[in-house]
Amino acid sequence: MASTNKFNFEKRKYVIGGAATIIVLILVTQLFALQILSSDYKDSADGNAFYNKTLYPARGTIFDRKDRLLVYNRPTYDIVYIPREVQPFDTLDFCNILGITREELDKRFADVKNKTLNPGYSTYTMQTLMTQLELHEYGLFQEKSYKFPGFYIQNRALRQYNYLNGAQVLGYVAEVNKNMIKNDDYYVRGDYAGRSGVESSYENLLRGEKGVEILLRDAHGRIQGHYENGKHDVAPVSGRNLKLSIDIDLQAYGEYLMQGKRGSIVMIEPATGEIVCMVTAPTYDPSILLGRDFGKNYLTLANDPDKPLLNRAIQGVYPPGSTFKTTQGLIFLQEGIIQPSTMYSCARGYPPGGGRPKCHGHGSPLPLEPAIATSCNSYFCYGLNAMLSNRKKYKNILEAFDRWKDDLVKMGFGYKLDVDLPSEMRGFIPNSAYYSKNFKTENWYPQNVISIAIGQGEVLATPLQVANLAATIANRGYYYKPHVVKEVQDTVLDAKYTTPNYTGVEEKHYVNIVEGMAKAVTGGTCRGTNLLPEIEVCGKTGTAQNSHGKDHSIFMGFAPKNEPKVAIFVVVENGEWGATFGVPIGRLMFQKYLKGEIRPGDKPIEDRIAHAIVHAKSATAWGAGKAKANNETKPATPTENRNSTN
Amino acid sequence: MSAYIREDDHIRASVDWVIILLYLGMVLAGWFSIYASSYQFDSGVTMFDLSGRAGKQLVFFGFSAVVAFIILKLDSNIFDVFAYFIYAFFIGLLILTIFIAKDIKGSRSWIVITDSINIQSAEFAKFAVALALARFMNRYNFKLMTFKNLSAIAGLIILPMLLIFLQKETGSALVYTAFVLMLYREGLPGMVLVSGLCAIAFFVIGLRFSDVELGFVSLGELLSIIIMILISACLVFNYKKDRHAAKYIILGLIGILGLTYILSLFIPVPWGIAIAVAIVALITYLLVLARKHWSMRYVYIVLFVIGGIAYVSSVDYVFTKALQPHQQKRILVSLGMKDDPSGAGYNVNQSKIAIGSGGLLGKGFLHGTQTKLKYVPEQDTDFIFCTVGEERGFVGSVIVVLGFLVLILRLIYLSERQKNTFGRVYGYCVAAIFLFHLTINIGMVIGLTPVIGIPLPFFSYGGSSLLGFTILLFIFLRIDMTRKRR
Repeated sequence: MASTNKFNFEKRKYVIGGAATIIVLILVTQLFALQILSSDYKDSADGNAFYNKTLYPARGTIFDRKDRLLVYNRPTYDIVYIPREVQPFDTLDFCNILGITREELDKRFADVKNKTLNPGYSTYTMQTLMTQLELHEYGLFQEKSYKFPGFYIQNRALRQYNYLNGAQVLGYVAEVNKNMIKNDDYYVRGDYAGRSGVESSYENLLRGEKGVEILLRDAHGRIQGHYENGKHDVAPVSGRNLKLSIDIDLQAYGEYLMQGKRGSIVMIEPATGEIVCMVTAPTYDPSILLGRDFGKNYLTLANDPDKPLLNRAIQGVYPPGSTFKTTQGLIFLQEGIIQPSTMYSCARGYPPGGGRPKCHGHGSPLPLEPAIATSCNSYFCYGLNAMLSNRKKYKNILEAFDRWKDDLVKMGFGYKLDVDLPSEMRGFIPNSAYYSKNFKTENWYPQNVISIAIGQGEVLATPLQVANLAATIANRGYYYKPHVVKEVQDTVLDAKYTTPNYTGVEEKHYVNIVEGMAKAVTGGTCRGTNLLPEIEVCGKTGTAQNSHGKDHSIFMGFAPKNEPKVAIFVVVENGEWGATFGVPIGRLMFQKYLKGEIRPGDKPIEDRIAHAIVHAKSATAWGAGKAKANNETKPATPTENRNSTN
Repeated sequence: MSAYIREDDHIRASVDWVIILLYLGMVLAGWFSIYASSYQFDSGVTMFDLSGRAGKQLVFFGFSAVVAFIILKLDSNIFDVFAYFIYAFFIGLLILTIFIAKDIKGSRSWIVITDSINIQSAEFAKFAVALALARFMNRYNFKLMTFKNLSAIAGLIILPMLLIFLQKETGSALVYTAFVLMLYREGLPGMVLVSGLCAIAFFVIGLRFSDVELGFVSLGELLSIIIMILISACLVFNYKKDRHAAKYIILGLIGILGLTYILSLFIPVPWGIAIAVAIVALITYLLVLARKHWSMRYVYIVLFVIGGIAYVSSVDYVFTKALQPHQQKRILVSLGMKDDPSGAGYNVNQSKIAIGSGGLLGKGFLHGTQTKLKYVPEQDTDFIFCTVGEERGFVGSVIVVLGFLVLILRLIYLSERQKNTFGRVYGYCVAAIFLFHLTINIGMVIGLTPVIGIPLPFFSYGGSSLLGFTILLFIFLRIDMTRKRR
């Protein structure tokens, strides 16, 4: 019995050996599952050990056309954290350092975790808690950072402004919203991007390229060094610098003149399409849309009934008024409706005898050039009537009207001019279908729409479009699409800004219009801009009828008459007659730009304009006072910046 | 001591070189792994630098090698002769440890000799217990299955276990359960082993499926009882060679379960009642057979079933009342019932990430990120295998695991060729200890077993561990050398 037992027991070595083998097979199977079958662990490991530190590039700086630095960067600090690494901390202390309340802190944490606000949320990656800490807050936090494991400081840059002018052209930079994050992979929550002005339209060039440092991080989040000695790191690429075509002195002067008013001044260099000033009033101090007061200040600006955030030069639409008569003259000439010598009589209105539109006292009958010079309403009403009623040339009124519309579109009306700024408005030039729909018949009459001949009625244009008209007339038939950026570092400007656009109207017809505008200055409605003998100005006043209040004061012109250097458009809302504000502002702006100074004799005009208050509220609005302060030490020099005055 | 050194057994000719080579290979691989896992970026610590862990491990190895050589030079009889003295000495040391040890991370197992030399007495007690068991079972005409002998053996094993439990080193204490494997080889009935395995299996199944309620029983209890009935059928077949009875039991079980299942399609049937019917039927049938064949074996099987049911129904109670909350958590995490990657599951989760990220061939020596950056805790001691997995990949991991398998199988082979029970018992003890360490340590690191802190032999950093395993192994090699004597 014992021996058989012994024999049996010896067999158990197979059981034991077999058990060991099975156990090892189980271990190998699990190793296979972990190491070969699943790739999750590899990803987790990378997330664990690699800390991809984003290196933010310096945003491109912005200069004016005379290379004066307008916008640059100043270091600021963000507080970021990795949710997984955060341990319970003294929230009271935390809030005190950062100067926020407990509720704000809780809300910030909740916002970070909110997947709709922050689609990129992960407990493993850096999340931005607070942005734009000032240096002293950074210092305080750094000192106590050992108390807050999982929180880090990230260096960022904040915009800084040397001049307080051109706020709407420059635009502002703000934290990206969720749509921007969703539409552009480049952004993550907490990033900054241009949100208006050139900051927005040139965002892709200004922002540069983010770099990345691949660091190895231990279980406590401590950085242990660069992965493979930084072989895979990517250095950030600085943003491109912009050189604006804006002359900041001129811009400041324009803003100075426009204080206390609503409206816009746009000046374009006809030979290039470069916008040398784009004033919109009221304006604001661009430096208030920075830092942590952004939200509060933005709200104040957005709720201001005077709409200081609005760039009226491209977002304001006005009836172009009498300045529009130049386009009518050009169209009638080109379409062969009139000859320069064609005379129409005017009896204080169209139809004659005080009909509407009314006209004012001047010689009658009169040909085209004096009609421009004296801004005769009837002349152009007769012209438009003649064109729309011409059945030899056009099959019906619809065809005639659409021809009229097409000619205007070629002059840059009715559609966006593609200026390099966001949110440009297109204005409005009706087509025949519009009227057919409105009148519920295709058989309407010229008399129904006649007021558009003098820039009233349905016709609407942005100040930029009318300024562009002035530039086109100055060029006698073509224009370059207006733009505010003159040069981008290491980049060629978009070809659309360097290709001339022809209006389809012959040069000789423009000559007639130019003559009319010159006469308007020497002996017509624009005598207020007569700067002879120094500058030969061509101009056209306007008074845009405004059903909501007083008419808008308008002036369009260019100078000098031969080889024009600059074209201008001025609108002062509710400024009534063109001669009241438009003309003197034009006079001063021409001098400022072309001569660099104002005639001593014009000082009273300057004072009168600058201190005239049309909209009381605008006088106290953002930046108006500061713009003046900036201006009183003119001529402006680069030393006239905030840093030196502070 | 020189009196005991014998020259007859020439080392080069009679030592088992397979084991020597495996031993050297593993210590070397372990040394590299320790260097890799304690490697600091940008620090100039080399593998030989004594300020680093790899350097220290090298010193431990040097010391272990000297000890190993001395052991091979000793007279083989002294192990037999001094077995009880050695046992008594280490039991004394274990008791002493409890009183003089400093509290290091909640454990009281370290005897601090100087600032840099600490000794973990539990690591040495293993070979002492193995020697004592070998000596005890080597007696002339020794019979295992007597109450007296079993009690003595149990005492020899349980005494150090208790002392180590008191040191709060649960893992090291559990290692002693491995001796059951040796006892099985020496004649302990398979029933004991089966019962032990059943206990573990029922515990795991009972907990894992305790949340599915089937009417008076949980799914876990139902599965456990079904397994138990199947086992009792096997027992009937195994011990009584009663093929028909076994067949009837299985068919009866299937019948009852099938009927219940079909019924449950139409009306809600509490499975508890079905299983109760099955148990009552089984016990009745076994008792009838016992009466018919007049055999107590059937009664034993009935007792097994009743004991099993009692055990199964108390698993939940034992789990919640007898175990500490952190132990419960570890077990639940390793059963996949609790997801706790930052808490109890952190270690295992991180070690799985480290190993999983190694892929087929690994990231290469010193290129592991997880282990180096300290994501894995205890990375150069209990979790050293992570470094192997991460830097050497699947291929390296399998080589290490297979290395241990070869070692264990070789130990079994050598044990079987011993001329006396002393050598065989000791050899099986060694094999069982290595198997236990391998299973639990690597199982824990790859997430198969709960986290029980025991080292991986020859790989884990630590002088006590390396020296303890070296002594354990080389005593057996010394004993094995005598086989050629006439």
